[in-house]
Amino acid sequence: MSIVLDIIASSGLWAAVLRIATPLIFGTLGALLCERAGVLNLGIEGIMTFGAMVGWLAVYHGADLWTGLLVAALAGAVFGLLHASLTVTLGLSQHVSGLGVTLFASSLSYYLFRLIVPLSGSPPTIEPFAPVNVPLLADLPFIGAVLSAQTPPTYLALLLALLLAYVVFRTPLGLAIRMTGENPHAAEAQGVNPMAVRYGAVIVGSALMAVGGGFLTLSAFNSFFPTMIQGRGWICIALVVFASWRPGRALFGALLFAFFDAFQLRLQTAVDGVPYQVFLMTPYILSIVALCVMARRARVPQALMQPYRRGER
Amino acid sequence: MRFERREHRPLALIVLTPLLAVAAALALSGLLIAAAGAPVLEAYWRILVGAFGSRLSATETLTRATPLMLTGLAAAVAFRARVWNIGGEGQFYFGAIATAAVGSQLLAGAPGYLSIPLLLLSGAVAGMVLLIVPLWLRLRFSVDEVVTSLLLNFVAVLVVSMLIDGPLKDPLAFGWPQSQSVADAAMLPKLVARSRLHWGFAIALVLAFVVHFVQSRTVFGLKSRAAGLSPEGAVFAGVPLARTLFLVACLSGGLAGLAGAVEVLGVKGYVTTDLSPGFGYSGIVVAMLAGLHPLGVVLAALFTATMFVGADGMSRALKIPSYIADVTVALSLITMLVAVFFAQYRIRR
Amino acid sequence: MTENVLEIDGVSKSFGGNKANDGISMTLARGEIVALLGENGAGKTTLMSILFGHYTPDEGRIRVAGADLPPGRPRAAIHAGIGMVHQHFSLAPNLTVLENVMTGTEKLWSLRSESGRARAKLKALAERFGLVVDPDARLGDLSVGEQQRVEILKALYNDARILILDEPTAVLTNLEAETLFSTLKEMARQGLSLIFISHKLDEVMAAADRVVVLRGGKVVAERRAAETSKAELAELMVGHRVARPVREAHERGAPVLEAASVSVRIDGVDRLKEVSFRLHAGEVLGIIGVSGNGQAALASLLSGTLVRSAGDILLYGEAIGDFSVADTVASGIGRIPEDRTREGAIGEMAVWENAVLERIDEPRFSRRGLVDRRAAIAFAETIVRDFDVRGGGARTRTRLLSGGNMQKLILGRNLAERPRILIAAQPARGLDEGAVAAVHARILEARKAGTAVLLISEDLDEVIGLADRIQAIVGGRLSPPVSADDVDARALGLMMAGAWKKEAA
Repeated sequence: MSIVLDIIASSGLWAAVLRIATPLIFGTLGALLCERAGVLNLGIEGIMTFGAMVGWLAVYHGADLWTGLLVAALAGAVFGLLHASLTVTLGLSQHVSGLGVTLFASSLSYYLFRLIVPLSGSPPTIEPFAPVNVPLLADLPFIGAVLSAQTPPTYLALLLALLLAYVVFRTPLGLAIRMTGENPHAAEAQGVNPMAVRYGAVIVGSALMAVGGGFLTLSAFNSFFPTMIQGRGWICIALVVFASWRPGRALFGALLFAFFDAFQLRLQTAVDGVPYQVFLMTPYILSIVALCVMARRARVPQALMQPYRRGER
Repeated sequence: MRFERREHRPLALIVLTPLLAVAAALALSGLLIAAAGAPVLEAYWRILVGAFGSRLSATETLTRATPLMLTGLAAAVAFRARVWNIGGEGQFYFGAIATAAVGSQLLAGAPGYLSIPLLLLSGAVAGMVLLIVPLWLRLRFSVDEVVTSLLLNFVAVLVVSMLIDGPLKDPLAFGWPQSQSVADAAMLPKLVARSRLHWGFAIALVLAFVVHFVQSRTVFGLKSRAAGLSPEGAVFAGVPLARTLFLVACLSGGLAGLAGAVEVLGVKGYVTTDLSPGFGYSGIVVAMLAGLHPLGVVLAALFTATMFVGADGMSRALKIPSYIADVTVALSLITMLVAVFFAQYRIRR
Repeated sequence: MTENVLEIDGVSKSFGGNKANDGISMTLARGEIVALLGENGAGKTTLMSILFGHYTPDEGRIRVAGADLPPGRPRAAIHAGIGMVHQHFSLAPNLTVLENVMTGTEKLWSLRSESGRARAKLKALAERFGLVVDPDARLGDLSVGEQQRVEILKALYNDARILILDEPTAVLTNLEAETLFSTLKEMARQGLSLIFISHKLDEVMAAADRVVVLRGGKVVAERRAAETSKAELAELMVGHRVARPVREAHERGAPVLEAASVSVRIDGVDRLKEVSFRLHAGEVLGIIGVSGNGQAALASLLSGTLVRSAGDILLYGEAIGDFSVADTVASGIGRIPEDRTREGAIGEMAVWENAVLERIDEPRFSRRGLVDRRAAIAFAETIVRDFDVRGGGARTRTRLLSGGNMQKLILGRNLAERPRILIAAQPARGLDEGAVAAVHARILEARKAGTAVLLISEDLDEVIGLADRIQAIVGGRLSPPVSADDVDARALGLMMAGAWKKEAA
């Protein structure tokens, strides 16, 4: 019991929570935006991979770190455009199209990475984002120690959650997005173009996913390696359901999830006799449990996964 | 611009669709090869030679196609009943580790005619178990099985990792995490001498025909198709939805688990965590390329295996990363989706 | 009359080879209510969809207040002051009333929704026209009548000067419909112009100033409501009417299906409350009611896809427990579902597969789990021949059949087996006049042969024409039966509004 308390009382744990949560926040917000407009984007796993690769590559070739994140975002937007063309214009199965985008984006990441960075003994590295001290906040006891370990993209993720919550619930654009996800025919009847809204949401959402991937190579680690996303994208999809499609709850869900993840990492080193794989499994199993708890309760956007064709009901 | 459903699909269109899709995928990857500064046609020629240029390479391609046929069939039967089984990778590993466990612990001393069928069965059952979980969650909590079956892939690989690091660890493997081997008697006999091609290929081929027969001629095939096409319609006609989907999940998970078992018994004899280079995920592409038709799965698996085996040799010769095979296969899934769409719809104005 | 606010000039539109609108011209004046009268498939909804920019016309143009309306752009139509109230509401159940109304009304890129101002405007409109509704209620929690109010408010909120209502009374009780029409008249008095689409002669005569009659995609007549009669309009609307078959009197037999205080509860909501009825051999028992009052639950219960939570059911005089679809089919109950494309047939399957699916486990169609295709196809071919299913044979994909022919297939696979009981839910909904007559003739034929028919319908004419006895369903409760010979449309309307409850109390 005291081990548990020791872990929870350490500022290191909470610093790790924020670090682990950051890519999940970006990814979950991106997936949430797509789904609010009615498009499930299973391309997320591949888009995060590509974002991680291309952001890193840009910095490796001399771009500064923020440019790296921007490049990741743009690449994510391009894959979003691909997914939107397949699911919105052609109205194809969002499941299958998303998987196709994931397989394509991740294999293309590995191909381009290998092509540009030939195999060598130790993977090449870059200088990642450094933690920043925000004046005043850094002086607070405990919280100061937690926050001073964070890099700028983490603050960006936190702000983004608030921004997205505002946009979705307090602006005409957000209402248009929600209406498109609930009833695209009604949106069209009121002069909102549901196709355009869906394109926009999927493109911007995919850009956010890619930034989440970029965080991994530009802040959390300093190099790229295949399979580094490790199902984070799928976890984000589960978190969206857990969050009932609300940005605020998505932030909370990502933090809660990261807490369990950081906690199990520390418990792993503190507890003997339990195979480490059991700890590594917990994030995935937690996601499944969260899905089961929330699936019935949540108000799913009514037009999620429904292709929209004009004049067809 | 508007899309209009074609009322009749000419047979030629149905046959041409996958060919056009593959051609488009190859053309697009050709751009990537060209971007790397390599000659595109030579690259494809080398892939073809690498896959079929010698007795060894040809048998290697067929060996590689074997698990792909089975995971492809697994995806095809599931998708046809709208059970979105994306967990083929996990089911493959579950099947593989169950085979290795039973083969090395319980049936180590048994003769081949007894142990081979039992081991194949244990692999299939393990695969089934892993798919029944997400299906049950869907029926009980209405949780989308796409995400749950995907997440279970990671859990499955970790379970395998835990077992080959623990109770099933081979003490003679110089500390590498590797399972104990099944007895030599339990290994599938070779189909072609002095090659890796084993009887698993024949098993997969026969199963493709069996699945085709089941889908087109049996009551279960009719009911599962109805359940997939329209759950409401099926329920109204008295098709027991849960039971039918359960059986579909058993068949699909079983085939994917069998793929793992066959790979263990045919090729390696033991399990590591890199036993599968994504057989489960490639199986989804194989199924889609085949238009979910069991016999098409055989051809699609051969195409995919050709790309993977051939790309290795091409990669060494032309200094192109062998990941180009993965890219081409993924692209062919996307081009196939588009091709199928235009086979079903025409553009109006 | 004053100036025209709307002129439709020579509008044509084809789908495939089918001319839905053929050179339609009409006008609408300020403060006027025009009824667009026509049968299903006459082209009313197509015309209104063109007007509202959902479709682009092949030919012709539309002028609003003298200015050309750009085709195919809903936004332009809204901007020109056209508001549309769809038959199937264009609303999002998960959003609030205010959100539903506000969508698309502000600049998309504004940094903030002016929800306070919107709330005030909505409140003012609601008071001006007597359309009271709580702006913060979740739309899905409102009644159908209230949802329609939201649809109308939505149009008014967009400063609509021209309001189009597509079959506005289809989902309303008579009382709600009367309220609606007094609201519409008040709107016209305040200077709005209205078009409402209908095929009900009573409401056209009661509410419209002028009637435009559409048939086969063309305007066939235009009359001032004061200068015409229901009889004339009926003739204009239908042209030469295909005679609907007439019910002949004959003796009914013994009770075959009885329900005593049966209740059905789904997810904590009572869909059926202590329902009782007694169905006799050789009679048609009509169940009338406004859509959404428990008809679906009643049909599903008797079709074997729902189980009851309380009450007794007697089949052929014996109490039965929960019965499945297989039990119903095996015990001679034929079933025609409400939604033929969702439940009745699976579009992507062949005609023969749909013909035998519910009987596939019978030994004549399968042995040891293997389908006997030859027998199944022969069975389907019999149905195609005997029930005059056109547009394909046993191997055709069912989706390619027209609605009427699909319904004949469903009717055929039931009646070919000479059922003792037939549960028919909305059997003629959405069919053209010829197909309606065919379906009705088959039902009466079955009745003559001794089949007990439970007819669930929202179409009063259909029930009056076919049923021997009638019960109304309101809020999941069934009224006591009345003899069809003793009631008229007005009495039935009162029953559908739940009038019997007061008598009982």
